[in-house]
Amino acid sequence: MALTSQDIARIANLARLELSENESERMLAQLNGFFGIVEKMRAVDTAGLTPLAHPVAAIQDVPLRLRDDVASEPDQREANQKSAPAVERGLFLVPKVIE
Amino acid sequence: MSMTSTALHDLGVAQLAQALRERRVSAVEAAQHFLARAQAHQNLGAYVAVNADATLAQARAQDAAIAAGTAGPLAGVPIAHKDIFVTRGFPSTAGSKMLAGYQSPFDATVVTRLADAGAVTLGKLNCDEFAMGSANENSAVAPVGFEAPAPVRNPWDTDRIPGGSSGGSAVAVAARLAPAVTGTDTGGSIRQPASFCGITGIKPTYGRASRYGMIAFASSLDQAGPMARSAEDCALLLSAMCGPDPDRDSTSLDMPAEDFGRTLNDSLDGLRIGIPAEFFGEGLAPGVRAAVDAALKEYEKLGAKLVPISLPRTELSIPVYYIIAPAEASSNLSRFDGVKFGHRAKDYADLVDMYKKTRSQGFGDEVKRRIMIGTYVLSHGYYDAYYLQAQKIRRMIADDFQAAFRQCDLIAGPVAPTVAWKLGEHGSDPLADYLADIFTLPASLAGLPGMSVPAGFGEGGMPVGLQLIGNYFGEGRLLNAAHRLQQATDFHLRQPGGL
Repeated sequence: MALTSQDIARIANLARLELSENESERMLAQLNGFFGIVEKMRAVDTAGLTPLAHPVAAIQDVPLRLRDDVASEPDQREANQKSAPAVERGLFLVPKVIE
Repeated sequence: MSMTSTALHDLGVAQLAQALRERRVSAVEAAQHFLARAQAHQNLGAYVAVNADATLAQARAQDAAIAAGTAGPLAGVPIAHKDIFVTRGFPSTAGSKMLAGYQSPFDATVVTRLADAGAVTLGKLNCDEFAMGSANENSAVAPVGFEAPAPVRNPWDTDRIPGGSSGGSAVAVAARLAPAVTGTDTGGSIRQPASFCGITGIKPTYGRASRYGMIAFASSLDQAGPMARSAEDCALLLSAMCGPDPDRDSTSLDMPAEDFGRTLNDSLDGLRIGIPAEFFGEGLAPGVRAAVDAALKEYEKLGAKLVPISLPRTELSIPVYYIIAPAEASSNLSRFDGVKFGHRAKDYADLVDMYKKTRSQGFGDEVKRRIMIGTYVLSHGYYDAYYLQAQKIRRMIADDFQAAFRQCDLIAGPVAPTVAWKLGEHGSDPLADYLADIFTLPASLAGLPGMSVPAGFGEGGMPVGLQLIGNYFGEGRLLNAAHRLQQATDFHLRQPGGL
């Protein structure tokens, strides 16, 4: 199964990437080359196996931890917004979303 | 007694820490010495940021702590961080245009822990963009002393790559521009550059070191670890780096900090070292094989027994890793949207156009490729066939290791099929880099601790690393085995010429 240039355009849109025509062509060839080596993986019989997310779960239970839902950090808004591209009165600025 | 400054960079971490404690050298002198060396050898492209004022302020604080008798185990030892860890006082860029000049408001937990132990930060080290690469050829950041991105050069042969993604880290240690550094390993990014540059590096069990403040690539694989000249030095740093971080990293393991150095000198008598047949097949360079075989012979002399084992899914680890890591990366990198931090495109039509232009300008080719792969394998209709299938085979790979560890205590083999290749040799073929990761990926997928130990020299006189893989939480045993080898050999003490 090979990807087409339409697939590349669809995936790029999902990933919020804009690819030039040259980039798209290269990407198509490289991704098809890559999925060539992935085919071997698809043939493996994995019936009944549970996917492994936290690798240490291969030998012991790794409980998912949740932090108590309480404010524990001091207000650092100014420091946190120092590297933001556009800020006004403590708010992040984005282009107009609703007309 | 005052130490001559030429000797300072020949000291390992343990010796330097002792000299600092005994006040034979001050933290300020040590910091100045390494900053001067970093500048003198900036042609190697190892550092991407230095800030002498910040470094010397930290050094003065350590001199005061030493004088006051409140010094930590690494008091005044200068180190440098892979630029994937966020740090205050230095830009944190992850090797990306997306984060050019980014100033983090906080320090990564690993950075904090090392500073608490007394380490002084010399600067930030070059790496592949978002740690995606095996040659450090994917950095988009200009090294210190350069106007534009420039290759990181292997000090053993400056026409060759240092390995990646922690390439700047490995070069800094090999060229003695820092006695020890941090790195991160997602699919081999500590072990492979350590091997290519002839130094020692260890990736601990997944979950041992906090990922808080490590700019995320693939969250279920990323692990921090130290790189230094010797196993003894790695043990000192690793002991400071590891420990639970329950409030800040949800995958951090609830395991107490440990002194990984306490078993360094244990005997290897009767140690069973598993030799996976799959690591010694076709494609392994003869020079690499010879160096690895010689190291294994040393282990036999030290009392270890070599046991043939099989890791039958070694080859499958390539597609499995290159599905899982890009999937997680595509999710992690969705945060770079030009709103809260980092680059934002100048001209755009609307919000979605701003996202697209920002991301297309900010990310380099390899990062875009992995985002594309990841987005595709997570998309509707493909998730089960790719991502879930890969996670299931990941369990098989982890189970294969557990079966192997019933027959042996450690596993040994090459780190990579070849020595460091020439800059640009793999051209624009990303698959060539992916395939070269074959021996480091299995332990990454299983979350096992692994290390690279200098084992000699192969093709072109380039360094070869021996890979040691331990069972979960077996870092102490790994470092012990590496240390004993380093007592019997001197490959870790060799240094490139011209420095």
